[in-house]
Amino acid sequence: MARSIKKGPYVDAKLERKVLAINDGKAKKGVIKTWSRRSTITPDFVGNTFAVHNGNKFIPVYATEFMVGHKLGEFAPTRNFKGHSGSK
Amino acid sequence: MARIAGIDLPKNKRGEIALTYIFGIGNATARYILTKAGIDFDKKAAEWNDDEQAAIRNIITNEFKVEGQLRSEVQMNIKRLMDIACYRGLRHRKGLPLRGQRTKTNSRTRKGKRKTVAGKKKAPKK
Repeated sequence: MARSIKKGPYVDAKLERKVLAINDGKAKKGVIKTWSRRSTITPDFVGNTFAVHNGNKFIPVYATEFMVGHKLGEFAPTRNFKGHSGSK
Repeated sequence: MARIAGIDLPKNKRGEIALTYIFGIGNATARYILTKAGIDFDKKAAEWNDDEQAAIRNIITNEFKVEGQLRSEVQMNIKRLMDIACYRGLRHRKGLPLRGQRTKTNSRTRKGKRKTVAGKKKAPKK
């Protein structure tokens, strides 16, 4: 079931604070390391690079305007299926 | 014979049903259109006079996206998902179900006809 519109999109508070700090020029621009795969990409995120944890390592995700509304986790696959053994 | 939204010409069906032959118009939309145009649901598509046809055409062009336009919109949406490389986009690329269904068995609609793998051993009897 989709999230209620009344609540607005979910964004991890700490992550949002970091993004806003960078956008305001208070913090230096760089990759934001995060475990918060459940955070929605808001318009503020656009133009920033995130290192999203996939349970093993951090996957770099550059947020574009088309990604707005998706969650960070959608861009860092947790399973990497390369194919069965023997199939070339 | 009614010809609405390009290529569609369903006849000998009740208007309510005939309209659903247009891609993008289902039962609910068809009823909405007929109600708005003031046409009886049971009137056959072939029996619509020119005024009624014009009214239906008007409503469809003004309020709904149908056929080619709608198809291209759907394709654009899928392309967007694939371009941003999100999970759903990756599943589209691989031709697998997008919404977390199991793929160990079933999922034949997305995966297509069964491809038998040679040399795969059967489950041992116990």
